[in-house]
Amino acid sequence: MHDFLSSIHYNGWVLPALLAIPLVGALVLLAMASSARDDGTLEGAPAARWVALITFLVELVVSIGLWWSFDPGTAGWQARVTHWWIPAWGAQFDVGIDGISLFMVLLTTFLMPLAVLGSWTSVRQKVRSYYALMLILTTGMLGVFMALDLLLFYVMWEVMLVPMYFIIGIWGGERRIYASVKFFVYTMLGSLLMLVGILYLWLHSVDPFAGPGQQLSFSYDHIMQHAMVGSHAALWLFGAFFLAFAVKVPMFPFHTWLPDAHVEAPTAGSVVLAGIMLKMGTYGFLRFAMPLFPTAALTPWVRTTILALSVIGIIYGALVAMVQPDFKKLVAYSSVSHLGFVMLGIFALTLQSVQGALMVMINHGISTGALFLLIGMIYERRHTRMLDAYGGIARVVPMFAVLLTLVSLSSIGLPGTNGFIGEFLVLIGSFKTQPWFAFFAATGVIFAAAYLLWAIQRILFNRLDKPENEHISDLNRRELAIMAVLAAMIVWIGIYPAPILERMEPSARNFVTTVRDGAAPRAPRLGMEVR
Amino acid sequence: MHFDLSIPAQLTGALTPDLILMGGAMVLLLIAVWGKETEAHARLVGLLSIGLCVIVGATVVWMATYRHGATATPGIIAVDNFRWATDLIVLLATIIAIVMAIDYSRTEQLIIPEAYVLVLLASSGMMLLAGARDLVMVFLGIELMSIAVYVLAGLDRRNARAAEAALKYFLLGAFSTAFLVYGIALVYGGAGSTNIGVIGSRVSGATFESNPMLLVGIALLVVGFGFKVAAVPFHMWTPDVYEGAPTPVTAYMAVAVKAAAFAAFLRVWEEAFAGAAPAWHGALWWLAVLTMVVGNVVALAQKNVKRMLAYSSIAHAGYILVAVVVNNALGTSAFIFYLVSYTLATMGAFAVVMAVGEPGERRQELRDFAGLWRVRPWLAAAMAVFMLALLGFPIAGGMGFFAKWYVIQAALGASSPQTHLAVVLVLASVVSAGYYLAVVMVMFMRPRAEDAPAPRRVGLGTGLVIGLATVALLVFGIFPTGFVRLASHGTPVIPPRVRPAVTTAARPAPPPGVGGATIR
Repeated sequence: MHDFLSSIHYNGWVLPALLAIPLVGALVLLAMASSARDDGTLEGAPAARWVALITFLVELVVSIGLWWSFDPGTAGWQARVTHWWIPAWGAQFDVGIDGISLFMVLLTTFLMPLAVLGSWTSVRQKVRSYYALMLILTTGMLGVFMALDLLLFYVMWEVMLVPMYFIIGIWGGERRIYASVKFFVYTMLGSLLMLVGILYLWLHSVDPFAGPGQQLSFSYDHIMQHAMVGSHAALWLFGAFFLAFAVKVPMFPFHTWLPDAHVEAPTAGSVVLAGIMLKMGTYGFLRFAMPLFPTAALTPWVRTTILALSVIGIIYGALVAMVQPDFKKLVAYSSVSHLGFVMLGIFALTLQSVQGALMVMINHGISTGALFLLIGMIYERRHTRMLDAYGGIARVVPMFAVLLTLVSLSSIGLPGTNGFIGEFLVLIGSFKTQPWFAFFAATGVIFAAAYLLWAIQRILFNRLDKPENEHISDLNRRELAIMAVLAAMIVWIGIYPAPILERMEPSARNFVTTVRDGAAPRAPRLGMEVR
Repeated sequence: MHFDLSIPAQLTGALTPDLILMGGAMVLLLIAVWGKETEAHARLVGLLSIGLCVIVGATVVWMATYRHGATATPGIIAVDNFRWATDLIVLLATIIAIVMAIDYSRTEQLIIPEAYVLVLLASSGMMLLAGARDLVMVFLGIELMSIAVYVLAGLDRRNARAAEAALKYFLLGAFSTAFLVYGIALVYGGAGSTNIGVIGSRVSGATFESNPMLLVGIALLVVGFGFKVAAVPFHMWTPDVYEGAPTPVTAYMAVAVKAAAFAAFLRVWEEAFAGAAPAWHGALWWLAVLTMVVGNVVALAQKNVKRMLAYSSIAHAGYILVAVVVNNALGTSAFIFYLVSYTLATMGAFAVVMAVGEPGERRQELRDFAGLWRVRPWLAAAMAVFMLALLGFPIAGGMGFFAKWYVIQAALGASSPQTHLAVVLVLASVVSAGYYLAVVMVMFMRPRAEDAPAPRRVGLGTGLVIGLATVALLVFGIFPTGFVRLASHGTPVIPPRVRPAVTTAARPAPPPGVGGATIR
């Protein structure tokens, strides 16, 4: 495999190709305008969704090579491609991956075809535009995970906002307009302040040896190396980045857009939101906010506040999930809880906790994506997501019941499923540096068991007392195929996570040492005054 | 080749594009009144006007390419890239407005061939403003521009709102011009010259305790310019006038008038009053903040799209004011870049309003845009791009993002960084998302009203304007490099200060000449 990949110079073109393929698919869809009917019936749909599915499958096949071409021995950038973009401002088209972004990229390309298959029949109007937006969205998300240039990163970060806004606002549920606007404005408020922060950093990243008249650069490496900001300014800059990412994660007080957006979005939209987009926030902390401003991030009060908010998020999310009558909302709040674990792992700053955080990011994408898909499937049959509307349907839809139970158990973190690996690593890792926070976070696992098991009980078991539930059809072959793939991933990661952990270890270690060393008081660098 | 502006023939040479436009406008006026008032005749005059603008534009490009600068005399007209860039933006806006007006006069049955000539005369005033290096020239340009636009605003005599708009604009405009003239007179009294180069060398270092006349003069000029660019609190006329005037004229006012007035504002401030920055900095700072905040917040409440765009243009005046406050070469580059993006997006948005509306300036409410996507998908998509461009969103909003980016960059990169101004700008942009997105939301997410008639066919010219503006915005939003380079050259060339005989003021260091991303 390795030889084959290097014989086709795989690393030289794979990342730009991954960005380009969805755009090509979107253009094909837009060009189909005149030929395909698009009038609310399903007549124009088959061609459009096949185009989308094939594009995403091509994308998956192209990306899967990264698994083998990735060299687990190094923390440096791999498969890097660099071109000038706006030379006058020192902005480059600069993409590359390390052990952190590798899995985010693979998670995206893995979930997207499943999301398309999951909404195969549920989207009935303007099908062509819907899939075109999904494709553009994919480019934006992959761009965020690959960008090694801060301007490119910012542009990609904003780009994926527009398609998601339309996906929620046009194809969403009853309160879709409210949810979409809230989603857009929340995210934009955070990200525009980050834009000012990026510009500030750019202006203050000067190479002391290059002399006057030098070119400024948005390159991540350049800014990491040369950014010279005072500790006071660093705190404000960290705040700007924090706001952008915390809204996206979402952390506890900034989470209110999430239940609305998740509940109102169509199934595929929810899968993308929960599975991939939330990770952009935590990815932002791993890639930008912490390595760029280690002193600010590890200032005791800042760190304690963020850890406290993470743990509050874990417990609060779980408690609120417990009382939700709407299954989709329940899963939405469970995301707040799970992402709290990720934040705890990142800020606990040990190798294990960071690896655990990365594992939770992957697992949450798979498990919650699967949960949203299952909810979408049952919703298409019964047109309700209320827990009380069901009861005892395990006898009617046995396959659905088996899969829902498996996915729920993985979301709870049962040993042997993927969920266990991540949360366990986070807890033992953070126990070393933050025992009290780890202790309280551990209760979140118990709450998770409570709300999910209780929900399953109310849906699948109990008495089959509602006549309309007696004739629900079980999952069809398409749906079974989707879920089989997800179930396989759940079990595989649960039993044999070593290849994943091995690939992410150097980058996680590098992250921990960069942040720790950066925060440690150090002697002024040569010829430079440390403010 | 350089112009020596003290020689009359060379001075005339430096004014070549302006003279071609004025002369051409006179000839066109004769043609306009010669023929019958038929639609065909009016369209002919319109097309000839566009041809004239293209010729003038070509002359400007030729001058910019081959005739570099002027010799260091305190001439009354500048020969620099800033002037040429502003000229080209004004001409672009003029051409678009005339194209829109040709369609408009057909649907509204408003056949006035002279209107095109008035537009050309206003544009020649704007071109004077773009190059004026003497306060008397500034006054001349503003009057030439304003008087033509007063008439244009009231072009549709059958419409009561248009009449109201014209009268209001005329009365308030005349009032503000009085401020301007009085300001010019006091500055002349304080500095002893109307040439802004000379003023510049005398102002710097002057103390205002010793020279209150100059201070009052500058304050009055702020009021005068503030009115012309519609900065809060001198913006009161804008919404009514923009809503009442015929849509192509509104677009023309929102873009060209504003661009030209800002160009003069910027040049006067950068060249004449840069040395007095402590005196006016606070005032302009608050002017910018108020304009951004009030423009955006009030726009949120608007139900009429045309009126909303009027408030949006006020808000954008606030963003551009940030570049004026920064008052250096980077600020001027940002200004040029911003204007190009703003011109395309605003002109395009007004063209869409025209295409969606019905004759008689009806159906311009926000609710009339509901479900536009279902009946006119491409029109809705173009409008979405314009709205996102005005919002300053990357890729989907094309150039609009880099325009705002450039202004923020100028604010942060100034010698005294305007970080707070940048933060206010950003927060104001978040507020603006409320109303720009409302248009997008209504077009895409609301169902179309049952009784809503299908929109008319979009006229060929308007369609072309919308399409080209969208494509230009998107393409330059992904590949802005060329424009960035052009904009970084489009700064005023400030000739070395002449040492005046009457004052002993210290000679200030010449401001940096080039913008762009270099450390100075």
